[in-house]
Formats: sequence, structure tokens, C-alpha cells
Amino acid sequence: MSSRETSESELGVLDEGSGELRPSWATRLRRVPISLALSWFVVAVVLTWAAIPPFFTGYSGTEGVPGEQLRAPSLEHVLGTDGLGRDVYARIVYGARHSLTGAFVAVTVGLLLGTLLGLVAGSRGGWLDAVIMRLVDSLLAVPSLLLSLSIIVLLGFGTINVAIAVGAVAVARFARLARSEVMRVRRSEYVEAAFGSGGTFWAVLWRHVLPNSLTSVIALAALQFGSAILAISTLGFLGYGAPPPTPEWGLLIAEGRNYLSRAWWLTAAPGIVVVLVVLAVDRISKSIQRTAP
Amino acid sequence: MTSSATTGTPLLEIDDLAIAYRTGDHDQRVVHGVSFRIEPGEVVALVGESGSGKTTTAQAVLGLLAGNGRVERGAIRLNGTDIAHWPQRRLDTIRGAVVSLIPQDPGSSLNPVRTIGAQLAEVFQLHKRGDRKAIQAKVLDLLTRVGLTPAEMRARQYPHELSGGMKQRVLIAIAVALNPALIVADEPTSALDVTVQRRILDLIDELRRENGTAVLLVTHDLGVAADRADRLVVLQGGRIQEQGPVKEVLAAPRSAYTRRLLSDAPSLNKPRLQRVAPGVDKDFAIVVEGLTQDFPVAGGGAKSFRALDGVSFKVRRGSTHAIVGESGSGKTTAVRSVVGFLKPTAGRIVIDGVDLTTLKGEALRQFRKRIQLVYQNPYGSLDPKQTVYRIIEEPLLNFEPIPAADRDRKVRDMMRRVGLPEGFLGRHPRALSGGQRQRVAIARALVLDPRVLVLDEAVSALDVTVQAQILALLDELQKALGLTYLFVSHDLAVVQQISDTVSVMHKGRQVDGGAIETVFVRPDSDYTRELIDAIPGRNMLVLASPAISLQG
Repeated sequence: MSSRETSESELGVLDEGSGELRPSWATRLRRVPISLALSWFVVAVVLTWAAIPPFFTGYSGTEGVPGEQLRAPSLEHVLGTDGLGRDVYARIVYGARHSLTGAFVAVTVGLLLGTLLGLVAGSRGGWLDAVIMRLVDSLLAVPSLLLSLSIIVLLGFGTINVAIAVGAVAVARFARLARSEVMRVRRSEYVEAAFGSGGTFWAVLWRHVLPNSLTSVIALAALQFGSAILAISTLGFLGYGAPPPTPEWGLLIAEGRNYLSRAWWLTAAPGIVVVLVVLAVDRISKSIQRTAP
Repeated sequence: MTSSATTGTPLLEIDDLAIAYRTGDHDQRVVHGVSFRIEPGEVVALVGESGSGKTTTAQAVLGLLAGNGRVERGAIRLNGTDIAHWPQRRLDTIRGAVVSLIPQDPGSSLNPVRTIGAQLAEVFQLHKRGDRKAIQAKVLDLLTRVGLTPAEMRARQYPHELSGGMKQRVLIAIAVALNPALIVADEPTSALDVTVQRRILDLIDELRRENGTAVLLVTHDLGVAADRADRLVVLQGGRIQEQGPVKEVLAAPRSAYTRRLLSDAPSLNKPRLQRVAPGVDKDFAIVVEGLTQDFPVAGGGAKSFRALDGVSFKVRRGSTHAIVGESGSGKTTAVRSVVGFLKPTAGRIVIDGVDLTTLKGEALRQFRKRIQLVYQNPYGSLDPKQTVYRIIEEPLLNFEPIPAADRDRKVRDMMRRVGLPEGFLGRHPRALSGGQRQRVAIARALVLDPRVLVLDEAVSALDVTVQAQILALLDELQKALGLTYLFVSHDLAVVQQISDTVSVMHKGRQVDGGAIETVFVRPDSDYTRELIDAIPGRNMLVLASPAISLQG
């Protein structure tokens, strides 16, 4: 046997793998594109806003200062103040927690429920697949805003309820993607080989189907995070979200609407923050997608 | 400019050619100073294993290197003119007209949404040869010449309506359309069955003789090269090991590498790897009786397609039975039934004394310990997310719990048996070569200590030297563990080397069967005879060992 082995290495076959050794962390970091690095930076900043808002601003997110109403951006108030004398920058910083928590809950609801449905539909097949997928199709047929509104009317107002409503809309998308990924993986030979070596249905699902179909689903989760922020802001803007004076981003934009001609910063500042965060999350999602097989 | 009129200047002269691919930050050189020439009307075979640089060299001749490929130095002279650094637009004027390509994969080389006729006509339109009517006449003439008749009907068909061999004929028609001086044929028949392969190679030969076209034949199959080429160029690791007239190279190979290629190439005159002492006559590990398998036809209502029709064979314990046949012969269906992935429509399959057809659910799962399958493609049969250790360990987790220490010992023992270093245990399949992956697949199949191992084209995707190594490993394992093999292959030469008995399948029926000596020397059916005749490398045998005659 050993002589056979050396002959294989002489052919350079054995060395094939060594070229694929992982490059060092430093080299990998240098290869990260600037746009991706910026995106991670934006997300990191917003996350720390949500975690420790007082660290970033001395002003309160909800209490106004009398006599300081509608000040234009200045050194004292970087993004100006609103009609009640509240610092807009402080409100955005404090609002991060509400908006991000909402988006996180929404994505989690969609990811868990959708992946579960897709996994069951894709791996079981038959009538169960047909029933689940027709349900998903009907979910997709209803305009998402209308669907969210109906769910909120059923559940009642509030940040978490808005998040659940937005997540329910995403369930259909996750289910479809998870199902197609599961079907792709299930057709592969390594799954058949796993059954062939005595694997039970659940063992094969857990060891092979789930890990191999999850990459794309996680990329979609990052993408949905951006959409969820937008959707929650939209619902906040329409008045279905958190009640004032909660500094939720959509609500901030809505409140500024009345002062649009006199105080542009009330709508522009939170609007730009929402756009930046959504763009950053989209960029990160794309980089996850690229690592998928 | 149909053929080189000048005497003395070769049609193609490759001089000290070096090609590198850019990966990441550095250049990886894959062709190191290759030189050879092709005279007008000559067939030169570029032979080598995967990674030898043969396809890269051929692509450079056509100016079709991948985007990150670059000619570092050297010249590619076509009729004396160096085209190595021509821009693509200038190359367009000679591609098709002076040099043309027969690509490797007929399945993906034709545009699926255009008719055959339109794709052929495009060649003439691109080079502005004649008006619509004249082109139409030429297209029909070409289709007739490559044997696609009735030409009027074929011209209106789409690629999906043709078989693999017919698609390859279309590609040949496109390649010869403008009577080029040189045709580069890149593994033109590797994806085809042997009988189809022979007809396609005959066709190329015939067209070449008619027009005096030279051919650069790129192939991994020394047998094909020996049968069809005037001269051989043997490549390894991007360097020429040897070149010269076919007869001389085969009769007296100068380089050690060529000698090894010759000795590793499976062929009919090779001594068998094993001589199993026939066991007790009635001790069969596999008994298949009247196996029949119907598949419903899509959209056909109650109609069904019979993939297997009354197949029967018996395999003695510790011996090897081969199932041979071309694509569509039903051999894969037979294997899938034998390992229990398909419920047969009729018939009995008894493995190790257990009638498999009566099992289902948990009983079937428990039964799987006794019979394991090794797949053709080690790139698809190993989970890319698992490490080698997890892959080999997994079957052990499916049955009665075994202590972790015992599992670890078994996995390491299996690695040693299949000849892989323990350092590979932490690697993922992508960091292994094809041969190494197949060893991992064999280790996974054997870790449950099965009685029967089914090998579905398990060595077909591998280079000849690696193939010879895997066959030797299988032989060794059979002797050590007393395994019974069911060996499925389209390659009769490999089958002859490793098997004791054989079933020849054709269109779902078993047309021949019995001991390998009997079937190969005195085949019962015309089909088996045709199959044996189509095996390439006859020339190689005669030249390499003139004492042995193949005619039985």
C-alpha cells in the first residue's frame, strides 16, 4: 500500500489540498472590500446605540427642553431639535433599540416559522408539501402592508406586535427559499448515501439537509432585517407602531412631517439613518450569499 | 486558406509555450515550455491525466484561455504566423475557418433554444459565406455528411431532441463546416458510450481523410490515442514527457511516466488482479431472480416504462460480479434495487440469505448494514460540510450506540486500511483529490463491516493511475475482509481485470452472463461482441505487446 501512496504523491495529487490552506487572518482581513467594512461599521455603531444610548448623547430621548424648540442643527444640537425641544440625534440613538429589537423579532419569527415550514414541506413532500405551499402562496398573494395591518388590528398596537406582523409576512419568503434549498440538498448523492448507511429520517435531516441548506436562508435573514426596519418604520409612520413619545424611527419621520417646510432635519436625519442601515445590511447579506455553494 | 500549401513550414508549431493562471495574488504556471508541431493532415494526440495541462494547451491554440490565463512566453505559429498574442477580434477571423474546436461536453455546448440548423448556419453567417439559400443547402449537406439524416428534419430539431452521440455529430459538423486546416478535438468522446465513441471517432477520421484536415486530439485515454493518432505527445504536470510516432512511443516508451501510463491503462490482455478460489458452490452472497422494474411514464397515465426485464444472476461469496452495459441499459436501476433504494415491480433479491424485497421500514434500515454502495462521483457523494472523520464515523452512529473511544479506533483503523494518512481526518472533501475522496467513500462504506459492497462506476471518474490504485485497494480489501463485490461499469477492460462473473445488460435485459472468460472469449450475443470490439486501445495492445493477439 505504501508504495502506491508515494506514487500518488509523486503525481502531485496529494499536494492538491495544500494549496487550499486557509490564508492567515491578516491577509483575509485585507481582502475585505471597503464597502463591506463600512457596512459592518454602520451596523456596529447602530448596535451600540441600541445597547448603551446614554454613552452617545447627554440629552434625553423623550424629555424636551423648554425654549429650545425647532433649533436648526448646530454644535449644541448636532441634528437640531423638534417641536417639543427634544434633541433629534438623541431620539435617533434611543430609537435604535426600538427599531432594531422590532426588526430582530420580525426576522426571528419569519426565519424560525418559515424555515420550519419549508423544511417540513421539502423533506416530507406529498400532500403535506402541497398544503403548506398553497398556504404560503396565499400569504404571498396578499399585499404585505395590508397583511401586516390586518395582523396588527388583530393583535393590537405596540412595537412587538408590529414586529410579529412584519415577521408573519416574511414567513412565506423563508418557507419558499428553505423548501427549494432542502429539495436541492435532498436530491444530492450524499443524502442518499446517508440513508444508505442506515441513517434515520431525522438524523439525515439534522446532519446533512439542515447545515447544507441554511447558508442561503441566513443570507435571506440579513436581507429581511433591512426590509423589516423599513416595514416597521412604515407602520410606525402610519401610526400603528409604538405610541408617542417613543422615539421609534418611523414615528420620528412621521412627527417631522408637519414641520417639513420649516424644519427639514426632523425627517431627513432619521430618514438617512434608516437608509444607511438598510443599505449596510443588504451589503452584508450579499457577502453571506456569496459564501453559499 | 484550406490547407497549408507551403512545404517545410508545419501547419501548427508550438514553441516553448508557457501558460500561467492568475489566482489571488500570484501566478500559477500550468504549462512549462511545451514544444511540438503538427504537419498538414496529421493527427497528433495530446495525452495526459487531469491537471497535466493538455486542455490548457489546446485552449491556447484557439485563443480560448480562461480570463485569468495568460501566455507567459513562447509562440503558437499557425502556418508560420505567431498568433499567441493576437487580440480576440483578430482571432475571430481564423477561428472556425482555419482552426476549429470539437468541444468535450456535447450536452452543454449547444444553445438549447435554437434549432440545429440555425446553429450550423450561424458558422457560415459569421464568416459571411454565401446568401441564405446557399447557406441552407450547405447546412443540409453537412448534416448528411455527419450522418444526421434525414437532414431536413434534423435541421429543425432542438438539441434536447437529440442523443449525446447525435449532439456530438452536430458539433463535429460545426467544426468541419468551413473546411479548417486544423481541428482541435478536446476529449470529443469522453462523455459517450464505447460503441458511440467508436462511431464518432470513425466519423472524425473519415472527414479528416476527405479534406486533409489535421487533428489535435486531446484525450486522457491512451487507447483512443493509440488507435487514432499518428503521433503522441505525452504531458505530465505541464511538461512534455515524451513525443514521437505512436508506434515508437508505445513499443519502446522512453520515459518512466509513459511506461506507468501504459501499465496502468486497463486493457483486455492484462492479467487479472485476482483469482478467487471458488468457494462452496451453493454459497451465494447475492441471488437475483427475475428482477423487473417498471417506471411510470411522465404524463403517460397508466403507461409505464420497463427499465429492467427479468434479470437474474447469482454471486458467490467472496467473488466479484460485474454488471456492464451502456447508458440506459438498466445497470444503475439494477444496482439501486439491489441496495434497497427501489422496490422492484417483480422478482426476488436475496442478500446474505435475506429476501430484501420483503423488508421495509426499520427492518430495511437494519439490513443496510450488510450491503453498502460506493458512488461514481466522489465529488457528490460526500457532504461538503463534514470533515473526513465525521463522514467515516457517521454510519456507526446510526445503529446500536458504540462508545466514542471504539468509534475513534474504528475510524482510524479504516483510514489506515484505505491508505489515507490520519492527518486527513480533519480535512473537508474539497481539500482532497478525486482518488482520495473515493478512498474516503470506500472507508465510509466499509466501516459498518458489510458483507457486500456495491461499486457503481466507482473508478470511472478517475485518472488511469489513480484508477489502478483504487482497483488494487479493492482487491486487497476483498482478500482481507472476504467481501463480495457487485461491480457496475461501462468499461469492459476494467471489468475484465477485477471480476469473476459478469452480466451484460442491454435495454433492460441481460443479453449475456456467466464466467468472465466465457463471456469475453465466446460471447453469446452480437451486442456483447460489438461492445468488446468497440473498446479502444486495440492498436496499443498490438504495438505494446505484439505476442498477444486479441482475437479470440
